[in-house]
Amino acid sequence: MTEVVIAGIGQTPVGEHMEVSLRTLAARAIQAARADAGGLRPQAMYIGNFLASVLSGQSNLGALFTSNSGLEGIEGVTVEAAGASGAAAFRMAYLAVLSGFVDTAIVVGAEKCTDVTSQDLETAMMQSVEYDYEVSGGLTLTAQAALLTQRYMHEYDLPQDGLAEFSLLAHANAVHNPNAMYRRAISPAVYQRAGMVSTPLNMFDVAPYADGAAAVILTRPGLLPKGAARRPVRVVGSSLITDSLALHDRHDLLAFRAAELSVERACRQTGILPGDVDFFELFDAFTIYALLSLEAAGFARHGEGWKLGRNGKLALDGELPISVMGGLKGRGRPVGATGVYQIVEAVQQLRGQAGENQIPGARRALVQALGGAASTAVTHVLSV
Amino acid sequence: MENPRHWRLKKQRYGLVGEECPHCHEKLFPPRDVCPHCGGEAKEEFTFSGQGEVYSFTTMYSAPAGYEEYAPYTVALVKLEEGPVLTAQLTDLGDDEEVEIGMPVEMVTRRLRSDGDDSGILIYGYKFRPVMK
Repeated sequence: MTEVVIAGIGQTPVGEHMEVSLRTLAARAIQAARADAGGLRPQAMYIGNFLASVLSGQSNLGALFTSNSGLEGIEGVTVEAAGASGAAAFRMAYLAVLSGFVDTAIVVGAEKCTDVTSQDLETAMMQSVEYDYEVSGGLTLTAQAALLTQRYMHEYDLPQDGLAEFSLLAHANAVHNPNAMYRRAISPAVYQRAGMVSTPLNMFDVAPYADGAAAVILTRPGLLPKGAARRPVRVVGSSLITDSLALHDRHDLLAFRAAELSVERACRQTGILPGDVDFFELFDAFTIYALLSLEAAGFARHGEGWKLGRNGKLALDGELPISVMGGLKGRGRPVGATGVYQIVEAVQQLRGQAGENQIPGARRALVQALGGAASTAVTHVLSV
Repeated sequence: MENPRHWRLKKQRYGLVGEECPHCHEKLFPPRDVCPHCGGEAKEEFTFSGQGEVYSFTTMYSAPAGYEEYAPYTVALVKLEEGPVLTAQLTDLGDDEEVEIGMPVEMVTRRLRSDGDDSGILIYGYKFRPVMK
């Protein structure tokens, strides 16, 4: 089988970019990735975006982004899978290069959230919740996560501060990421004092929405520019799995079945077990997602995921680092672009370019993005 | 939002009409085109009793557009006595009424939201309230 390697990465800082448009954010990430890839020219662009049609009144981004970034005339198309859009676009680019029909592909995750009020944004995010039978009751994506948390607390013995660790860790890891939205660590006291958003979730259980764009160039090893010094990061496992859209249709509410299956399949493709990776870049849009994702991937038994948050096991120098550049909570959550940021950050680690956050000797990464409450799960294994 | 979209859901919203799978006899709500239990085509109507219990719940302090007048409000997963779980707002909660998992609730019809657009449609449908003691 053809090998697929990552030739270049690029990202813009995550945050509120009032002066920059969606297309310009995308162009900046594209230019950065192309420069990093030694000028390699892509033949196809796969775009991860969720909300441009609602928030910017703009679809057909393939035409917009290619023509605005000097790539007019190439293949270009948007892939939508709610919060997992960027990761789904990455998978499509991977499949395209793997198939041999496309030599070099660029993945662009881009989202512009802050042009609207936070209420309009939360309403727009409800597009990833089932309209006819969930939204009608006033349920938001945040409220879905709260329902999961409340049930988890009922079924299992989650201590009062069992979720806080995930939020504190993400913020601690974002301190040294120059592209992160929040670069200040928070204390347990600050977490405990935060106002309720949707009981039992407080403000620090919820990742902040932000603008941002990130890009990755994929190609075959033989097409890498001559003289490229570093050993390229390879994509060795890829899987996208779906579950029911509505939470009320799940056979086991707390199982995150799609997340479990996609980890299983991505790992099986490359002949490893999840425990063989050096870190797990998981999707902590809400603290409960982090916990359920760890359980779904098999790192903890059901009901015991919170125990991993204890004693520094998930810190950068722990057994299984997560949210290695700040995660969604600390780096910020540029919705449809998030999955591409996760890949970019994993590549920084595997190349040894993660600065203060570098995990010594990191060779293999498990990277997972979720759309909705894990109604879509996309998992990749990257390796050097 | 378009009128036909709400009109299509009137049986479900006003009458809690779901389906009973003719092949495996599982009760389904909301209705599905294909039975998730046996894979057969599901199309026989079944009217649920409207009795159930709280499976999980949350009180939301920031409401999305169209729901502001209810904030803060409590949304629950309700497990119907016939088996399926649905999502609904809880209503008629007294001031000191503590919601808890397992609490018996029953269906009532209430206004769900007022559409903010020019059509001004008032959307009615099911909510659940604590069972009267």
